[in-house]
Amino acid sequence: MDNENKPSAAARRQFLADTARMACGVGLLGLGVGLYARHAKALPPAAIRPPGALPETEFSAACIRCGLCVRDCPFDILHLAKPEEPMSTGTPYFVARQLPCEMCEDIPCVKACPTGALDHSLKDINKSKMGLAVLVDQETCLNFLGLRCDICYRVCPVIDKAITLDRQVNVRTGRHTHFIPVVHSDHCTGCGKCEKACPTEVASIKVFPLYMAKGQLSSHYRLGWVEKEKAGGSLGSAGCRAPVQHARGHEI
Amino acid sequence: MNATLKTSATRPGVEAIAAKGWLAAHKWLFLRRSSQVGILLLFLVGPWFGIWIVKGNLNFSYTLNFLPLTDPYVILQSLLARQVPEKLALIGVTIVVLFYLLVGGRAYCSWVCPVNLLTDFAYWLRVRLGLKGSAHISRPTRYWMLGMTLVAAAVTGSIAWEMVNPVSMMHRGLIFGLGLAWAVLLAVFLFDLFVMRHGWCGHLCPVGAFYSLIGRYTLTRIKLPAREACNDCMDCFAVCPEPQVIRPALKAIDGTPPVILESNCTNCGRCIDVCSKDVFAFGTRFNKVVNSVEPVTGVPQAAPK
Amino acid sequence: MKLTRREFIKSNAVAAAAASAGMSIPGVALAAVPQSEEGVRWDKGVCRYCGTGCGVLVGVKDGRVVATQGDPDAPVNKGLNCVKGYFLSKIMYGKDRLTKPLLRMKDGKFDKNGEFAPISWDAAFDIMAEKVKATLKEPTQGANGVAMFGSGQWTVWEGYAAVKLMKAGFRSNSIDPNARHCMASAVAGFMRTFGIDEPMGCYDDAEHADVFALWGSNMAEMHPILWSRITNRRLTANHVKIHVLSTFSHRSCELADNELIFKPQSDLAILNYICNYIIQNKAVNQEFVKKNVGFFQGVTDIGYGLRPNHPLEQVAGNNGYPGADGKPKGDPNKHTPISFDDFAKFVSEYTLDKAHEISGVPKEKLEALAKAYADPKVKVTSYWTMGFNQHTRGTWVNNMIYNVHLLVGKISEPGNSPFSLTGQPSACGTAREVGTFAHRLPADMVIFNPKHREMTEKLWKLPAGALSAQMGYHAVAQSRMLKDGKIGFYWTSTTNNMQAGPNVNGEIYPGWRNPKAFVVVSDVYPTVSAMSADLILPCAMWMEKEGMFGNAERRGQMWRQQVKAPGDCKSDLWQYMEFSKRFKMEDVWPADVLAKAPEYKGKTLYEVLYANGQVNKFPKAETATVNAHAFAGYTNDESEAFGYYVQKGLFEEYAAFGRGHAHDLAPFDTYHKVRGMRWPVVDGKETLWRFREGYDPYVKKGEGVKFYGYPDGKAKIFALPYQPAAEAPDKEYDLWLCTGRVLEHWHTGSMTRRAPELYKSFPDAVVWMHPKDAERRGLKRNDVVKVSTRRGEISLRVDTKGRNKPPEGLIFIPFFDEHRLVNKLTLDATCPISKETDFKKCAAKVVKA
Repeated sequence: MDNENKPSAAARRQFLADTARMACGVGLLGLGVGLYARHAKALPPAAIRPPGALPETEFSAACIRCGLCVRDCPFDILHLAKPEEPMSTGTPYFVARQLPCEMCEDIPCVKACPTGALDHSLKDINKSKMGLAVLVDQETCLNFLGLRCDICYRVCPVIDKAITLDRQVNVRTGRHTHFIPVVHSDHCTGCGKCEKACPTEVASIKVFPLYMAKGQLSSHYRLGWVEKEKAGGSLGSAGCRAPVQHARGHEI
Repeated sequence: MNATLKTSATRPGVEAIAAKGWLAAHKWLFLRRSSQVGILLLFLVGPWFGIWIVKGNLNFSYTLNFLPLTDPYVILQSLLARQVPEKLALIGVTIVVLFYLLVGGRAYCSWVCPVNLLTDFAYWLRVRLGLKGSAHISRPTRYWMLGMTLVAAAVTGSIAWEMVNPVSMMHRGLIFGLGLAWAVLLAVFLFDLFVMRHGWCGHLCPVGAFYSLIGRYTLTRIKLPAREACNDCMDCFAVCPEPQVIRPALKAIDGTPPVILESNCTNCGRCIDVCSKDVFAFGTRFNKVVNSVEPVTGVPQAAPK
Repeated sequence: MKLTRREFIKSNAVAAAAASAGMSIPGVALAAVPQSEEGVRWDKGVCRYCGTGCGVLVGVKDGRVVATQGDPDAPVNKGLNCVKGYFLSKIMYGKDRLTKPLLRMKDGKFDKNGEFAPISWDAAFDIMAEKVKATLKEPTQGANGVAMFGSGQWTVWEGYAAVKLMKAGFRSNSIDPNARHCMASAVAGFMRTFGIDEPMGCYDDAEHADVFALWGSNMAEMHPILWSRITNRRLTANHVKIHVLSTFSHRSCELADNELIFKPQSDLAILNYICNYIIQNKAVNQEFVKKNVGFFQGVTDIGYGLRPNHPLEQVAGNNGYPGADGKPKGDPNKHTPISFDDFAKFVSEYTLDKAHEISGVPKEKLEALAKAYADPKVKVTSYWTMGFNQHTRGTWVNNMIYNVHLLVGKISEPGNSPFSLTGQPSACGTAREVGTFAHRLPADMVIFNPKHREMTEKLWKLPAGALSAQMGYHAVAQSRMLKDGKIGFYWTSTTNNMQAGPNVNGEIYPGWRNPKAFVVVSDVYPTVSAMSADLILPCAMWMEKEGMFGNAERRGQMWRQQVKAPGDCKSDLWQYMEFSKRFKMEDVWPADVLAKAPEYKGKTLYEVLYANGQVNKFPKAETATVNAHAFAGYTNDESEAFGYYVQKGLFEEYAAFGRGHAHDLAPFDTYHKVRGMRWPVVDGKETLWRFREGYDPYVKKGEGVKFYGYPDGKAKIFALPYQPAAEAPDKEYDLWLCTGRVLEHWHTGSMTRRAPELYKSFPDAVVWMHPKDAERRGLKRNDVVKVSTRRGEISLRVDTKGRNKPPEGLIFIPFFDEHRLVNKLTLDATCPISKETDFKKCAAKVVKA
């Protein structure tokens, strides 16, 4: 590009050396940027993406860091990541413990997204999967201790579906109940209201990105009772119960 | 090589001020700064005062919930990372590309980009402090940078460059909160100040490199209706951030017509300001006819609107 | 001293450790408890919030409550707490604690429109005494124009000292507790049906019942620890069923086997249907009914407790208001005997079809409920709270639930219990038992009864005629009389009526700001009430004073003063007693009354009421000896101030009212040792079920069941009809508005909203609405809406999901949020008998804000 006329051999050598040096420098820089980008794809546990966010690998490709979602969030819960924060600079996130997603029915943040990094096919906020609530500490959860808190349950916008209370006898007192909060991943949107409202000093229930929070069963094992219900009957042959000897009047 | 030709007694533009008056000798600079600051303010009155004229940042903005403007460079990276944006973003790309085809590709750098304020300040200070010497990296490095960012996008499957891009970092930072981005910007500033003259914008920035590609076909260009009047004061070379673009058109090297077609010309118009002979004016890329009229000193040509 | 302090701390530490072990806190957590636990003194106390009465242990270090724990030895809660109780240690330490008396002043003088400026207690009492004296002299105001509004959060002796000050001192019966808003209907229901107040059962019913029926009670949120007990019963006994009746679906419904969502006010029809079902299906316990029950027909055109000029009151023939001739129009409480057959005929019109039609509840659900009550093999415990009590027919509906239990004889035995729950820590102990109501005297006695007055005068060493027989102003009447200029001096304490009272815009605020009234608010924090007053007095609270609360199951519990109150804060007890020194008997009693007690001439009110040889009987040194088992050198601020064991003196004088009258309290010293006792305490033993031989010492051998509240030993069954509400939705105001509470906050939130974690967990009130109602109005969840009634409007966010699920046509708003005062909207209609406000029913509309 340089408008030098007819470079001499020495100048040509110089040019080639410069170019090589430049290419190396830029290449190294590129390598750094690439590794940095790879690294940042692992969303840190405290950062939750807005509703409809594509899986992290696609999100970092689709999000152009414009901040329109931040602007259109009526509750001002979203932030754009700053360079020092451990995720892709400029991408939107919220911290549930500070301000959780209010789950607007019209999902303005998704509508605002010009690129589809927030998936426009998400029409029902209840179907969103921002993350998954996990009761991380049974030793500090007040309900596990037998107290009556269940704030996480009552503040849940998908109450009785995303969080239910599993009732267990409080053996210590003999007359009270443990109301054990149980999160159901098929309904939990990861809005983070539970984490925000959890009254313990450090939240005992937290919302994590799905990849961190969710386990997966292996495909080589099926849950018999689930399969039976799905099939509407036994998958083995019928008449599985053989007659048993027993004293008259004593049903087994 | 340009700056050394000047004596310290006559800083660039002194003659122009004497000939045209201060205001006329700073007309384009003033307009350009107004544009840069004004655009930034348009983005800022929302978060500052709740007056939402423009939402977003330079990557994508939405004006009055009507006009989408998208940075084609970031969308190109997104595409290379295998993501197709929504229609709105594509409309924004079209509008922006057409706009810069009209006003000059790297007009983005000189009239819009906030980093330019920073690097111009660094250059101004550099001259003021009389800092001499500059590291050498060839200007085409920026195209390598551009290539690298595109490859990075394709390889990592993410818009990797956006994680470190000082241009969007500064604009987004000013609007949404800087965080540690100030350190990156300080690095750019210090680099330009101490290490390399016009280092970032003139040599490295892949954003500028990208817009220079649009600049190859842009309509608005600097024409030289009176290049014969040039008295070789070298003021234009002194102020030009991309001085290599002037010479062919000014000196008619290889029969170059009197219009700067070089794609890295940022259309900043500073050469028009500082030229006491009114050699330069805004025109179109088609102003190729050599002006036969012998310009008379002090009589400015009407610049095309 | 039986236990040294060291031993005491040790034994408590063991108990605490045992509790911890039971809670399976791992070694890590125990080890993490820092060395600073050293030097924390633990002592027993009672939770400051609801009427459940959970026991707590309070940890004090360096003069500050640093921690609390559920008391593992408290029978009510066995170491558990709800989340409000978890934050108990923070309630006294809000940043905006009031510490100085504040008077509205301009140019150094009191001015109704002035700004609050700090003054001394002396100056505060000066202006208060001046205003009281002026009111007593003012012909349009007089004795009843000196009014006081307290609560079920007064300690027993504070309520008792207040009653004495008002009724014996100022001869004013215008003292009422906010319990009037809370369980006055339960009181009136008990008194009408049984002739004696308070539940016959206790919490132990929870472990014995086969069926629980919740009527207008969301125990899951409002009585969390009791709910935990009921849930345990449901969980451990397969046959147990739970019926929940409400006007909207709430958290208690989650456990319900039978959820009955009925139209507001139709509980009256459902109860009559159940009686009809019992009779039709020959399930009446004939023997029980014949022996223990009488039947009565009540008057029905009793109005709605609105102002007399309201059209509904004009047509009411038995509202007791002055008629055209100036005489009262009948008596809403009037009832005449009828036969069982009359009653059967009366309820026979409440068929399943009719009950279904009025209530909107599916027939099979109604029938399932009726069947449970009718089945002789099934033990039924009914619980109710504000859904019943805050009702323009609140007394009726209380009577009618007893109708059901009495017909089948399911009462007064383990598991068979109609049980009215309370919302305040001492609604029973102070408001009801001490009798801080406008019509009451201690131990269920009333001012209208000359014998009761006589007995009281005797116990208080007053001359005959010292007590006034003129009905005082009750809660809602107080607001109206303030507005009408009939009250010249108004003193409220331990309550926040500007937020909790009905129709704030129309009645309460204009009343308090009426130039003819001087309003004093004794409070701990700058509540909306305090900020609306003329004079604010800073109070000591909870562990800053020695106290006694009485919970919903008749359990009295005491605690010792643990810490000093900040600044110039003083307990209500000190305030009443110290203020009484400002009056000579000649200032407050007319000459003819004083003439009958010449020895009181020239004496101060303090000398007559408190330094009367009874209250000041126990020397100050006893504070240390009585409480030596807890910690050495104990004393309390009031005893230090007055020079004798004030609390013990007041308690023992008060206890004399109930002893031998089926309200027997244990000796003062006993309460300081045990984790509470349920009265009547006879021969040192508490009573779990009343009115039944073997459980209740007042029922003699061979009597079986005896409702000894009435001379004939019988309870009353009332024939009362279904009647519509005072205000129902119409075209313009097209929704029912129901108000209430949430678990996270207690009442007006003056304490819970100052615990940051509780505030954060539920910061702002919302309006719960059916999604279809929202959709019809173009509303989305979280939209800000304007809710308005004929009385006012507020803005808040709408919630269409979440814990409460109202049916179409009804909205629910909690009242804890001082920034969204829902009581600007409510109607001040009351039950004409109990005078309790109906906060559950008025007509509202909702539009997008």
